[in-house]
Amino acid sequence: MSQTGTLMGFVHRRRRGAELWLLVLALAVGIGAYAAVGLGLEGEVPADLAGYGGWLTALIVAAHVAVRIVAPYADPVLLPLVAALNGLGLAVLRRLDLTYEANGLDQHTFARQQLTWMTLGVILFVGTLFLLRDHRSLQRFTYTSGLAGILLLILPFLPIIGGKINGARIWINVAGFSFQPGEVAKVLLVIAFAGYLVLHRDALALAGRRVVFIDLPRGRDLGPILAMFGVSMMILVAQNDLGSSLLFFGLFLVMLYVATERAGWLVVGGLLFAAGALAAYTFVDNVRNRFDFWLHPMDYYYESPGSGQLVEALFGMGWGGLIGRGLGNGFPERVPFAYSDFILSTIGEELGLTAVMAIVLCYGLIVERALRIALISRDGFGKLMAVGLAAIIALQVFVVIGGVTGLIPLTGLTTPFLSYGGSSLVANWVVVALLLRISDQARRPAPRLDPVDDSAADDEHTQVVKLR
Amino acid sequence: MNKPIRVVSVFCLVLFMALLVNATYLMYVRADDLSDDPRNNRVITAAYSRERGAILVGNDAVARSVPSDDRYKYQRTYSEPFKYAPITGYFSRFSQTGVERSQNAVLAGDDSRLFVTRLVDMLSNSDPKGGNVQLTVDAAAQDAAWTGLENLSGDAQGAVVALEPTTGRVLAMASTPTFDPNGFASHDFEAVDELGKRLNNDPREPLINRAIGTTLPPGSTFKLVTAAAAIESGDYDADSMVPGGFRFRLPQSSVSIPNHDGGDCGGRRITMTQAMQVSCNVTFLSLANELGVEAMAEQAEAFGFNDTSLEDLGGQAKSLYPRDMDPPQTAMSGIGQASVTASPLQMAMVAAAIANDGDVMRPYVVDEVRAPNLSVLDRTDPQSISKAMSSSTAEELTKMLVATVESGTATPAQIPGVEVAGKTGTAQSTADQPPYAWFVSFAPADDPQVAVAVLVQSSDTAREEIAGGLLGGPIAKAIMEAVINQ
Repeated sequence: MSQTGTLMGFVHRRRRGAELWLLVLALAVGIGAYAAVGLGLEGEVPADLAGYGGWLTALIVAAHVAVRIVAPYADPVLLPLVAALNGLGLAVLRRLDLTYEANGLDQHTFARQQLTWMTLGVILFVGTLFLLRDHRSLQRFTYTSGLAGILLLILPFLPIIGGKINGARIWINVAGFSFQPGEVAKVLLVIAFAGYLVLHRDALALAGRRVVFIDLPRGRDLGPILAMFGVSMMILVAQNDLGSSLLFFGLFLVMLYVATERAGWLVVGGLLFAAGALAAYTFVDNVRNRFDFWLHPMDYYYESPGSGQLVEALFGMGWGGLIGRGLGNGFPERVPFAYSDFILSTIGEELGLTAVMAIVLCYGLIVERALRIALISRDGFGKLMAVGLAAIIALQVFVVIGGVTGLIPLTGLTTPFLSYGGSSLVANWVVVALLLRISDQARRPAPRLDPVDDSAADDEHTQVVKLR
Repeated sequence: MNKPIRVVSVFCLVLFMALLVNATYLMYVRADDLSDDPRNNRVITAAYSRERGAILVGNDAVARSVPSDDRYKYQRTYSEPFKYAPITGYFSRFSQTGVERSQNAVLAGDDSRLFVTRLVDMLSNSDPKGGNVQLTVDAAAQDAAWTGLENLSGDAQGAVVALEPTTGRVLAMASTPTFDPNGFASHDFEAVDELGKRLNNDPREPLINRAIGTTLPPGSTFKLVTAAAAIESGDYDADSMVPGGFRFRLPQSSVSIPNHDGGDCGGRRITMTQAMQVSCNVTFLSLANELGVEAMAEQAEAFGFNDTSLEDLGGQAKSLYPRDMDPPQTAMSGIGQASVTASPLQMAMVAAAIANDGDVMRPYVVDEVRAPNLSVLDRTDPQSISKAMSSSTAEELTKMLVATVESGTATPAQIPGVEVAGKTGTAQSTADQPPYAWFVSFAPADDPQVAVAVLVQSSDTAREEIAGGLLGGPIAKAIMEAVINQ
């Protein structure tokens, strides 16, 4: 590993004060949007603004204090970005709730539930930071994580707790709660991939045949990628979940490429993806439909299944234009699932291109910070984990926003931090905690040679020494 | 591992750039197309939910939105639906016509001239309102026009246009049969759909604004154009001797055309004024034959034929003077037959140009665009679109037309104490269909304030009466009186 050489002389500042200021701005976005929803729909500032704002502030302050205590060198930009997105998401959900309630729909407490999930997410965020003092200890759980991830993916098929919602078999029901285990599985799989690849990268990097400047991998090393490809196709066929399938395979491919530094893997992966896509288009009705709806959305408007949802979203966003219609002045309820997969169309319609660009930039910054963490991380496992987590967010954002705006075929995935969805929100808060943990390790001044204190386990000691 | 991480970073940058570009394309470039899609319910629901601007005639709103207590906030109402339908058009969920369509951006409040108003509405968090459109129409003239058409017999079809010669302002525009735009503004969309289908299938075509959308052979009123071309050629004036007689034999043909009354127009050689007074076919056939298709076409186009000039209303049909007519057809075009067609608006423009020293002004119906608080945002400036003839030619023509009203075929348009210039016309179509009666006029002849064209088709009126201007004359007279007596 050559990455640390030039950085060793540079000492990162903690920048916690900067984070606090950015958090104040993020809170202004969240609470301001909540107030604007009240003004726009009911003509007055919501009565519970103080309570809501207080709760949101308490959560954010708690997260900030936790970072100050246990990850003082962590990246100062990530938490404010996430806080702003989550706060805006809550306000938009509240806006949809008010309309759903006025239209007499049963489900009109998305914002309240989301706030509960956010609370749980922040608790897990804080818990992760406190319990996981060094991300490298996760490397011990490489295979455990992998197994747990696969198990979670299989859970929806089990009788009784497994469930199918809107055609996708990706849910489990426990004690009255619906949960998407796949959201947690993706974090576990990042850990598993990182642990596996950091150990086997040398073997996987061995060159095989050379074709036009690119060294293809050896045939005998194709096992892992074929296995992952198989899992992805299984998710697609068995669970009817195009988005997750794409996400898992793309994630693995990116991590494999980064670990081995061999572009050949991208070629192999790209070929597999093309073959899989072709097969899926040919044999899976759902995939073919999605593809057709994407190419000719206007032709399938009245069909069922058809492109009505997508077209309504496009109408909405087109109608929003540059600055949007203003909160409460649009008709986001015309788009089915405006609170989850299609929340961006709501934002586009009422807050306009300006807000959509701001949100895309926020995600872009999150990914940029995560990749920056990967660059400066001192250990291979941390690097791979950071890249994996960045890839999850980047791919998920691209797939869902690209789908909603008609750039690529529509696949069902949630928009991180914005969409309603407990599993997704909680999992993403843990993702941020992991990123902050890795960045705290990476930005911390060079480790002393006697880092063993009471809290550190003995086996970590050996690893630290190995790192130097 | 840093090199591939940098590659991945660049890849992510590309992904996010693609999202940004695509979002811009969707929400900015493609936004208008999406809004125009008829299935886009948002646009129309929003239109019903905000106060659409009024269409004003004088100080009265002929179309405005009033608060409604059903599922939409506002109801569009038309105070004098039939009288103004050809101008206002209708505003329905499915489509718009007339001023409702051409000024939709202003009325809906989306026009860029209303930007400041919109900004204020947005900042004060009040519901956005549409701007108002002030029409050029003169209420008294429009009353006279509509009453005239309404008093025609039951199945009569007709249209009237009155222009202010010096500016091109449309003072009156009426058409019959017409429709009630209130029916289209209903919030019962099924009924609206039904109504639209019924009116579209109606053989009497009530949805057509005949004043601009129907072109028919202009008949004898086209003799004004022929006379203008003759005088412009430099060889003629009002007192020049021109051929009269019983019949004119078409060139390259054995067909000869008589005068409408079978007479000889008062001799083998008569003055041009007399030819106009008695609407002598022989004279104008021979003049058109002598001038040729090029000169005739150029004169017609100088008046606005072969083009559309009214920009405020949709559905304007081009009045035609084809350049590919052979000599017999060219001769026939001199009396407004053959392939020559004209809308009432076009014939009003011909009269207005003669009244305005030869200057053809662009006709317009939208006078001012106003903010919701009625402050004027924009005003249409009169615009000259061509010079149809010299002012001396116009003077000669005016003399001839005054004589025609004083003691010619156009006497029904006489107004005591006012010098009126006018000309009748009758276009024969097939024998089983009633002919079209035309009447064009302007007054006062020395200081023209109004130029009128009337077109009427009615089954229970004798052919010779129509030729005498008995149908169109009184309507034109009433409109001219309404304008002059103000």
